[in-house]
Amino acid sequence: MENQALLERFQNYVDAENKIEAKDWMPDGYRKTLVRQIAQHAHSEVVGMLPEGNWISRAPSLRRKAILISKVQDEAGHGLYLYSACETLGVERDALIEELLSGKAKYSSIFNYPTVSWADIGAIGWLVDGAAIVNQVSLQRTSYGPYSRAMVRICKEESFHQRQGYEIMIALAKNGNEAQKRMAQEAFNRWWWPSLMMFGPSDSASAHSGQNMAWKIKRHSNDELRQKFVDMTVPQAEYLGLTIPDKDLKWNESTGHYDFGEIDWTEFNEVVKGNGPCNKQRLQTRNKAHEEGAWVREAAMAYARKQEERQAVSAA
Amino acid sequence: MSNQVYNTYLLRLADDTLILGQRLSEWCGHGPILEEDIALSNIALDYIGQSTNVYKQLASLVNDGRDEDAIALTRMESEYVNALMMELPNGDYGTTIARQYYYSSFYLLYLEQLKNSSDHFLAGFAEKSIKEVKYHLQHATDWILRLGDGTPESHSRMQHAVNGLWPYLGELFHDDETDMEAVKEGWGVSREALKTAWTNRVNAVFAEAGLTVPSEAWYHSGGRKGSHTEHMGFLLAEMQFLQRAFPGAKW
Ligand SMILES: [Fe+2]
Ligand SMILES: [Fe+2]
Ligand SMILES: [Fe+2]
Repeated sequence: MENQALLERFQNYVDAENKIEAKDWMPDGYRKTLVRQIAQHAHSEVVGMLPEGNWISRAPSLRRKAILISKVQDEAGHGLYLYSACETLGVERDALIEELLSGKAKYSSIFNYPTVSWADIGAIGWLVDGAAIVNQVSLQRTSYGPYSRAMVRICKEESFHQRQGYEIMIALAKNGNEAQKRMAQEAFNRWWWPSLMMFGPSDSASAHSGQNMAWKIKRHSNDELRQKFVDMTVPQAEYLGLTIPDKDLKWNESTGHYDFGEIDWTEFNEVVKGNGPCNKQRLQTRNKAHEEGAWVREAAMAYARKQEERQAVSAA
Repeated sequence: MSNQVYNTYLLRLADDTLILGQRLSEWCGHGPILEEDIALSNIALDYIGQSTNVYKQLASLVNDGRDEDAIALTRMESEYVNALMMELPNGDYGTTIARQYYYSSFYLLYLEQLKNSSDHFLAGFAEKSIKEVKYHLQHATDWILRLGDGTPESHSRMQHAVNGLWPYLGELFHDDETDMEAVKEGWGVSREALKTAWTNRVNAVFAEAGLTVPSEAWYHSGGRKGSHTEHMGFLLAEMQFLQRAFPGAKW
């Protein structure tokens, strides 16, 4: 049983908008939630490298190829910062990666959808990085200091990704030929709904929301963030001349927001459960890279040990 | 100087770096550890940047309506003049590192000479690229040592890798008519003249890594004349896919 006085002091501290740091006392539940959430975020960055990496070798120009490599490389960097943020909570990166590889840990379901055309690369940058930004801007104010700081750093790069994605969409949907326009619309149709699903279950169905809001781990509800994303994205889609694949979408004068149709929660739940188009493939790919890299990591450790011994001998 | 010789010279430089960058970028998302995904992507980006600069220069010289992308991404296989080593599949991490080590150790020496070229573009290109390639060589050297002197498994994989790529090195050090003409005119580099310094460097690093330097003299060639390995067609099929599927489209 945790000390009631400590819990109260913690809550007051958080309520006063102070940041919790690694060495501060924190409730077990707070620590557990953060580890789960930051690890999921880290895994999402790493798994997210795969659908986009899928088009590096086929990027249509030298410039697009370079931008895409550097984007996917940024995501690897985000994974690293986030694993480090998790380590401040006492969980090692290796242990986290084991959980990803065994299928025990979750990552963002969006990356279980396939990238079947070049336009998907534009749509991901625009919509998926766009949705990530909405979520992460909110998380910049999360109560855990190392996570909050990682978000500030990551958001800058994500907004770069979002602009580059949108730029791809402009080239295709606005300035492209008929085939490119079709490619853009088809990609938009594929990614629109999964992007809305990125914000998670609706508030009425969200399991951990209440306590996470009280601890200020989460600062806005799933539905609030989703609405923000829709309001931001619809005018961008209109500018591109794309049709939003939702017959219920319309501007609501009285709320000042766009109304939109019901998300297919059956699809959402199936993908979360592992039945999305690419869940198995993504995990297999990560596992393959990990297994094939085992000898490299072992060699690096063996070499580092030898070097230490050599230095010890020469110092003696 | 002869335009033909100069353009061929540029094209080889651009194709070497593009094709190697293309290969290296295949590691992105699949490396043995995240730090290496980042490092190899960095190196791939440098190569693609270097090749882009050279293709642009070439496009302005040739002035036939093709831009850098058209030159880089729409030629027939027999028109690519990269050394064969660049197009070989990545293999395991040791093989990728062996190629990185072989190529960067050669390339750095090459650029250090090219820096003195009487040609303004090439001298500037070399000056700028040296900084990048120094890092590439450092990265590859670190890994040659770790893998060569790591575990028994890594040692044998690394030895296997350096042996396997050895027969593709000769092409890098061969001066053909184009190279000889360029040297004669004072703007090109003699590749053969780099051999001694290169051999000394490699001997020292391999000795430290516990690797045996292969000694076979015979080597594969043909890349400079557009005659490639069976792997090249697949590499180009991927790399050129969108340019070929949508001719003339802008991206
Ligand atoms: Fe990211
Ligand atoms: Fe992210
Ligand atoms: Fe991103």
